[in-house]
Amino acid sequence: MANIPNDLKYAKTHEWVRLEGDIATIGITDFAQGELSDIVYVEITALGKTIKRDDPLGTIEAVKAVSDLYSPVSGQVITANDTLKDSPATVNKDPYGEGWMAKIKVADPSELNGLLDATAYAELASRSAHH
Amino acid sequence: MRFTPHTAEDRRLMLQRIGAASVEELFAGIPADIRLDRSLDLPEPLSEPEAVRELGKFAAENIGTDRLACFAGAGAYDHYIPAIVDTIISRPEFYTAYTPYQAEVSQGTLQAIYEFQSLVCRLYGMEAANASMYDCASALAEATHMARDISRRAKVLLAGSVNPVHVEVVRTYAHGLNIPIEVVPLSGNRIDLEALNRMCTPDVAALIVQHPNFLGNLEPVRRASEIVHKAGALLVVSADPISLGALEPPGTYDADIAVGEGQPLGIPLSFGGPYLGIMSAKKKYIRNLPGRIVARTVDTEGKSGFVLAIQTREQHIRRERAGSNICTNQALCALATSVYLATMGRTGIAEVARQSMAKAHYLARGIAEVRGFETETSTPFFKEFVVRTPVPANRVVEAGIGHGILAGVALDRFNPEWKDRLLVAVTEKRTRIEMDAYCVFLKQEFAS
Repeated sequence: MANIPNDLKYAKTHEWVRLEGDIATIGITDFAQGELSDIVYVEITALGKTIKRDDPLGTIEAVKAVSDLYSPVSGQVITANDTLKDSPATVNKDPYGEGWMAKIKVADPSELNGLLDATAYAELASRSAHH
Repeated sequence: MRFTPHTAEDRRLMLQRIGAASVEELFAGIPADIRLDRSLDLPEPLSEPEAVRELGKFAAENIGTDRLACFAGAGAYDHYIPAIVDTIISRPEFYTAYTPYQAEVSQGTLQAIYEFQSLVCRLYGMEAANASMYDCASALAEATHMARDISRRAKVLLAGSVNPVHVEVVRTYAHGLNIPIEVVPLSGNRIDLEALNRMCTPDVAALIVQHPNFLGNLEPVRRASEIVHKAGALLVVSADPISLGALEPPGTYDADIAVGEGQPLGIPLSFGGPYLGIMSAKKKYIRNLPGRIVARTVDTEGKSGFVLAIQTREQHIRRERAGSNICTNQALCALATSVYLATMGRTGIAEVARQSMAKAHYLARGIAEVRGFETETSTPFFKEFVVRTPVPANRVVEAGIGHGILAGVALDRFNPEWKDRLLVAVTEKRTRIEMDAYCVFLKQEFAS
């Protein structure tokens, strides 16, 4: 059963958000990393750009497939997690902690109200499961 | 794996297995009114000696470098191919092998490619190389794409002295990829550095330069590299591999991507192909390199072995997000090149380069002494140089055939400004007798 922390918000496309002040930290959920299996490369193509919610943030390469990463919030993409260059597997091991992918300076924090909470995401995840 | 045809017994067993009475039965679903009801209109099959005779007649319509002293270059050169190259690549395991789909099962193939990649890195002074592209032209086109993606800048500068045939291919790719190409003008058959400086605006992704260039001249690559890098752009170099026996390789003047045509390294001229695209880059750009990359690693028992690495770059994983759609390499030509490089070694390559250069300079001096002919040799050149002819250059080429000489490549078809200009190439294969006969031919036909 995938881990789904209560204190985070979630997007339908399996990203999580942690808001601290006006900085949102984004990554992919435990469920998502399990589906993708071994992550080999993370690329935040929108680094430095100002994007809208649901815009592509970058790509995640797994051994079998490449997945798009979408932004759950609008704002400026200020940082990407550089440690993932040398240890992409951190995403699999610690998806909500060291495996964070990008930080965004949000324009409007109330935008997060439109995202799923842990319960709603848990329901989505169990419906999406393939096995 | 063997590739031999089915026997009648094979077919019988297969039909039995699937429960079909005949092969004909398998086509029962195709309506009779669209089936061909006669034999194909083809001539009768020939026996082997008849086929050999017929094909031999076609082949005899060509005149090859076995009958002409070849002074034509312009991107493909008549360098000597040691007999051992053919001996090794003719082994059926190499000659008949296709690109492996389960690559790790073909350790021999992967090892050969790994050694090829390593030799390319040494020759070009670069950190990473791929398993090869089809030819220099497409390698250069892919390098253009790479530079755009790495720098995230829009346009590419192209020196006016890059091989026009390669430029055509670069433009074809660039058109589809929406990459504007701007040509840097020349000054004295080399790139104009002042113009380059002016043109290196913040939206320039890279400069593409060929060294030695299409006209045979050496480019001021170190200065160009400084200018380009100061502007935050990349340096893409196209270099003849034989020239690297005499000139400092691209890695020494900070090339970001280095490509080349591998044909001079043990591959026959063959009327234009198959040739070999050499492609290398700085290690930090390895994820942006197209094509296959072979790596060496250890298996679960700690034994050394070879694999295809970072395949998630390739289109079968990345799909439309991949940098390129190439999913193969030129394995047999790459092997020929590896055998050539291993056979010649450092000193051999240096000697081929030295002889080519020395002989080109000898011939240039000889031609300059023939009345009516001028050589454009005020700027340093390697093994090729431009001759200004008193008559249209292709008339010189046509006249040479009767003297057993392929005199060069007439340049006017590449650029109307290059009227009455002949590009002459000299390799280590050319002898003093051949070169003296060339000058005598010019005197006899055009100067008396």
